[in-house]
Amino acid sequence: MRVVIGEDLTLLRDGLVRLLTAYGMEVVEATDNAPSLLRALLAHKPDVAVIDVRLPPSYTDEGLRVAITAREQLPGLPVLVLSQHVEPLYAKELLAQGHGALGYLLKDRVSDLDRFVEAVNTVARGGTAMDPEVVSQLLSRHARSEPLRQLTQREREVLALMAEGRANAGIAARLVITEKAVSKHINRIFLKLGLLPAEDDNRRVLAVLTYLNG
Amino acid sequence: MLGGLERRARQTLLDCGRGLLKAATAQVGILLFALSVASIAYLAIGIGFLAAPTPLFGVRGLAEQQRRWAWEWSGVRIASPYRRRPPAGTTSGLRGRVRLCKWLLGDPATWRDLLWSLINMPVTVFLGLLPVCLILNGVEGVLVAPCVWIFSASHELYWALAMPIGVASLAIGLSASPRILRGHALFTQALLGPTRQELAERVSELAESRSDAVGASAAELRRIERDLHDGAQSRLVSLGLNIGLAERLLKDDPDAALSLLAEARMSSGQALSELRGLVRGIHPPVLAERGLEGAVKALALTVPVHVDVHVDLPGRAAAPVEAAVYFAIAEALANVVKHSSASQAWVQVQHHHGKLSAVVGDNGVGGAVPGPEGGLRGIDRRLAVFDGITAVTSPSGGPTVVTMELPCELSSART
Repeated sequence: MRVVIGEDLTLLRDGLVRLLTAYGMEVVEATDNAPSLLRALLAHKPDVAVIDVRLPPSYTDEGLRVAITAREQLPGLPVLVLSQHVEPLYAKELLAQGHGALGYLLKDRVSDLDRFVEAVNTVARGGTAMDPEVVSQLLSRHARSEPLRQLTQREREVLALMAEGRANAGIAARLVITEKAVSKHINRIFLKLGLLPAEDDNRRVLAVLTYLNG
Repeated sequence: MLGGLERRARQTLLDCGRGLLKAATAQVGILLFALSVASIAYLAIGIGFLAAPTPLFGVRGLAEQQRRWAWEWSGVRIASPYRRRPPAGTTSGLRGRVRLCKWLLGDPATWRDLLWSLINMPVTVFLGLLPVCLILNGVEGVLVAPCVWIFSASHELYWALAMPIGVASLAIGLSASPRILRGHALFTQALLGPTRQELAERVSELAESRSDAVGASAAELRRIERDLHDGAQSRLVSLGLNIGLAERLLKDDPDAALSLLAEARMSSGQALSELRGLVRGIHPPVLAERGLEGAVKALALTVPVHVDVHVDLPGRAAAPVEAAVYFAIAEALANVVKHSSASQAWVQVQHHHGKLSAVVGDNGVGGAVPGPEGGLRGIDRRLAVFDGITAVTSPSGGPTVVTMELPCELSSART
């Protein structure tokens, strides 16, 4: 799998290169600033890009803007965005392009190597990896809304895990229940929220995130 | 030499025009004075509250114009002595008019403006027309009198005297007209400049807001120090300890080392999340990344009430102002969530006439009373440092509207 990395902190950039190489990926370019990152993305068309939100030259949200621009030119380009802090606003902007193949995680998550690499793989396959903190902020924002209050505690847990981008098997493993139980919960959640059931995992995640972001 | 004379003549003509303009505005001033006095008399029967602000603002506008002219034309600086105006949103309706009148009439500067517009009329008619009269008289003496002397048979004394007098008044007019205007500016300064008492009031206001600001930032630093000390710092200590222990156990007891390392990782995660919370409280990253507009929109997405955000700023304010306004809006929205039981809220941020205003409203139950230690008082303190003001209208039954306003310049570039 070919990866492009955009991260200005040398320690973290080298760490990411080492980590992803150790897991059998090929880092075709690791750059420390926004303009060269955009060039690298368009030139290499990687299988997945790992991008820090805050990059030189202005150290604001350059990385995010590069990710969005690159995906305008290469629709569906898998991008995993990392940041020291997460904002539902940024998640919304990334999701607005509506192709999936998208990740938005706190930088802290790299310390859990297996899960981080799993997230990179999920995004590369066209799936979604949304940080639990984004999801919990979205859920707490809707906590007072009528449809969400109708969900049981378990259903809310399933909803949160689904919004993070986990497949049924992942949700089942996490909650220590069967996959069948998971899909039952999911059906009821969709019914209560008034969402159209979607067979495809990916579209299901996007539907949930769109609902929460609305 | 000739160039100097030409420049002087040009300047004198300009001063004549300016004098005429001042004399003309003094006539408007006397009219506004009469209207003001009449409408103040009508306060007793109520109509005055509706009528008074308009002529009073007119007088104030003229006075401000005089202050500007004094600076631009004569280099005499006259500071504006008025008290802080109540925010724009709070002066509508009958109650708002009463509040407006109270503010206008309670300000000694208003009364001095009125006195000025009365005295200014004769003074300006004299000083304003003096340059023109001197020049016209001079022209008569220098150009007309010789012609009369040469071409007419009558050699009256008047025309004989007219020539030297004309030369003299032309010389005076050319040399003294800027000084005459300056004289008027100094007269204006004497009546329209801030008095000692007003300056003293302003100084004590500034001293209070400064001591508030110093106190608040010292308390803030103490809180940050404590949070770092008890939180991230101690977590990093235990992190180092765990890793050190794991190093020693690695060979003899790999399982124990493994569990220590897992604990260390968790500890690092907690330290990070505490630091994140701390950073958010000092200067929200999204504010640095997106400015006020983006930050308020991001804020709106994290509040459990639907918030409509309208930000209309042609540029960016200075970073400290942005932060103060952001935290003030955050505080106001937190109040909405905590107290109002509102289902909808809105935030409006604009910049007009050198003032940035932020309005936070909701459709909740109203009845908010700014207490001495409440969130609203906190907003007030935060904005007072920038000469900002806060006003709350919250009738029982709602809606609650918090208006914040502070003077600030925007940088022109929109980034």
